[in-house]
Amino acid sequence: MTPRALTDRVRQLLGDAALPSPSLRDAALPPLVLPTDAAACALLLRTASVEGWRVAVVGAGTWLSAPPGADLRLGTARLDAVGPVEPADLVATAQTGVRWDTLRRGLADRHVWMAQDVPGRDRTLGSALATATSGPLRCGFGALRDQVLGLTLVTGDGRVLHVGGRVVKNVAGYDLAKLALGTFGAFGVIAEAHLRLRAVPRADVTLAVDGMRDALLDVARGVLDRGVPPAALELLSPAAAGHGTWRLAIRLLGTEAEVAADQTEVQSALPRAATVLRGDEAATFWRAFLEASVASPVTLRLGASPSSLEDALDLVALHLDERVADWIAVTIPAGVTRWSGSATAAALARLRRAAAEHEWPVTLERAPWDVRAAVGHFGAYREGVHRIVQGLRAAFDPAGILMAPLDPAA
Amino acid sequence: MTITAQALDAVAGIVGPTWVRHDRATREVYAADGLPTLHGLPGAVVLPGSRDEVIRVLRVLAHHSVPFVARGAGTGLSGGAVAEAGGVILGLTRLHRILAMDPENRRAVVEPGVVNARLSDAAKPYGLHYAPDPSSQTACTVGGNVAENAGGPHCLKYGVTTQHVLALEVALPTGEVIELGSAAGEPWGPDLVGVFVGSEGTFGVATRITVRLTPLPRAVRTLLADFQSLRAAGEAVSAIIASGIVPAALEMMDGTCVRVVEASIYRAGYPTDAAAVLLVEVDGRDEAAVADLAERAAAHLRAAGARSVRAAREQAERDRLWQGRKKAFGALGRLSPDLVVQDAVVPRTALPDVLDAISVIAARHRVTVANVFHAGDGNLHPNITFDRRNAGERERVERAAAEIMRVCVAAGGTITGEHGVGMDKLRYMSDVFDATTLGAMRDLRRVFDPAERANPGKVIPVRSCREWRGWHRGTRVEPAS
Repeated sequence: MTPRALTDRVRQLLGDAALPSPSLRDAALPPLVLPTDAAACALLLRTASVEGWRVAVVGAGTWLSAPPGADLRLGTARLDAVGPVEPADLVATAQTGVRWDTLRRGLADRHVWMAQDVPGRDRTLGSALATATSGPLRCGFGALRDQVLGLTLVTGDGRVLHVGGRVVKNVAGYDLAKLALGTFGAFGVIAEAHLRLRAVPRADVTLAVDGMRDALLDVARGVLDRGVPPAALELLSPAAAGHGTWRLAIRLLGTEAEVAADQTEVQSALPRAATVLRGDEAATFWRAFLEASVASPVTLRLGASPSSLEDALDLVALHLDERVADWIAVTIPAGVTRWSGSATAAALARLRRAAAEHEWPVTLERAPWDVRAAVGHFGAYREGVHRIVQGLRAAFDPAGILMAPLDPAA
Repeated sequence: MTITAQALDAVAGIVGPTWVRHDRATREVYAADGLPTLHGLPGAVVLPGSRDEVIRVLRVLAHHSVPFVARGAGTGLSGGAVAEAGGVILGLTRLHRILAMDPENRRAVVEPGVVNARLSDAAKPYGLHYAPDPSSQTACTVGGNVAENAGGPHCLKYGVTTQHVLALEVALPTGEVIELGSAAGEPWGPDLVGVFVGSEGTFGVATRITVRLTPLPRAVRTLLADFQSLRAAGEAVSAIIASGIVPAALEMMDGTCVRVVEASIYRAGYPTDAAAVLLVEVDGRDEAAVADLAERAAAHLRAAGARSVRAAREQAERDRLWQGRKKAFGALGRLSPDLVVQDAVVPRTALPDVLDAISVIAARHRVTVANVFHAGDGNLHPNITFDRRNAGERERVERAAAEIMRVCVAAGGTITGEHGVGMDKLRYMSDVFDATTLGAMRDLRRVFDPAERANPGKVIPVRSCREWRGWHRGTRVEPAS
């Protein structure tokens, strides 16, 4: 089907409202369709499944680029409603095309927040959910998945699933939300999410200390040994820190008394006085660090036990970044290293193989399409898991229309 | 389907004849879990002694197409560990080894039959504990916790089981072994650990479990506040949560429950003339900061109308307050021979209205409801006492329980927060999920267990699901009007 015929068919299905204004149409790219609700997504995907259209799901386009070869792009830009927000219950619902910063500001106006800081710039909520991108606050609050109470998933074959709910504890039925989060849209489009909120903390202090990489890792372990529960305990490479040395950034959140006590305790574990950042200065520091991750085209995350982080960082350097010039951030208690830089598919594949020998998973979170297609977002499955993943894809996208390269090219 | 003599012989050849029981008396022991109203006599009880034996037994059961139910300590409260129609109970309590303790990385690897509290005891010398703490933690197993995604009072701050499981070795119903998740913090692919935890034994058997351990708090304050109305206590809960304080635990007991506990050997010193008490625990690293937090919480309690707020002065007093709470279910046995422990969740701001509605329902059906629950999560446990020999009373209990569930759902809540669906909540699943979502859940289950032999008849109301399935592949799509 030609793009023109496909556009006409979409217009027939969803009306003009689902098509971008003519000024926003790009003839060089597959037609863009902008559903305004889950039902429209479902109708589109159901039709695509029947017709065999290959669908690329796109958010703001600031994190993952749309793949070539798609017959159409399903954009979430008009799925951008927020609400209801219930500050007293600490729960909010948002459609997933909403920009992360818009959501954050709207929640802040109600004195609540979602305890996550997502690397990148101008991303959508859906982008973060689909890629399971967590930032430094994973240390204190768990990963992004832990902030999601429920969601609406439109499967590849156009079924609308309402999973989880708007309460903070829920074991009714299988947790299909876990399947949707971090699977790069392989099972469907997340149209809406119910989010766990927290009250904005009374005190928020960041301590930063510079030094050699391994020495700072030891310092971080010393902080943890003292029983301090930091909201973030992040090791930043020179490129990520924005200056010439590695930096350990420790964020403390809580009541004034808690933060003051923890600040004293942390300071006593540091080799020298830390730089103390508060308010706008702290916000600017963290924002600059998170946004700098998009300066390069490839982002991956590597899991290792917290005691093996030196070896994990050495492995990344050996395969991708010998001069240690790239953006690297290590969420120390979680054992997760995030790296952003430039790399070939072959180098990434070598890193994944080498990491697998240590039992360290590597997830390719972001890369140009050809690299993603060659290496796969995942790819080094443990025993028996590949068959399960294939079964899940067959169950939720039986026609195979969703362009999400979970596995390496054969 | 009942297991054949031939299959039983094959199983006995693996685990040894001592560990295969098919006499009526033993099967009766395994015919119910912690919920007394549901009963199913298994065809046999098999008690393997190692993960290899589990795998080999599963292969035999698969060969003979025998359904099975993996079972830990049988403390579940939804009929989830009950075998239907003569299936085999696969008891896992002999797999009780702690395989590895890694304090440096705050990890442990355990077999499924390890008792929850024993894991915390083993971690204690390292200043760590296993955070999920169901009331049955001195008996229930980590494997059972994984199956149910178990919670507990301190999950308000520390999260439920799914937040503490990093990796699983799983024997699928065919005996094939798969490895899910990773001890290294990132999964190898989709979050299949997150999918498996809470699947109620319908995907396979977890044979090795890697869990996250959590530092023990260094400072703790436990407050007991008493109220002259349930509504005021519910409003105090909302006020504390909305203020940004994250208590380690925030539990409520109503007057009925308080008086029963105080009349029992678990007496904790709760005021017996209270309409409700709240047990509020705050913890952290620094004594002064935690004391400050406790004072803030106490101020909210007083502002909401607490008649008194008392802080436990020493560990022994704190232990006593908690013993009363955790043994409350047992103490309720003083009221009647049987107890239906219900489990539902509502938005926290809905607690006052829902508690009022439960009181009205109890009065209308002439049943006694004792509320003891995780108020900070909005996780209700309205427990209804009864005598199963009284058919009329039993019927009224059933009707009251159903009405309570519907009130909770109507308030924006759900039908279970930590006990699972099992058999007990099957009838309510269509109240919270549409047919399409239930159909997708069944699709998910069949990826792991195509023959649906693992804990059949649980979680998904299968027959309804088949009927409801709306859209079929290949259906022509009509344009929008």
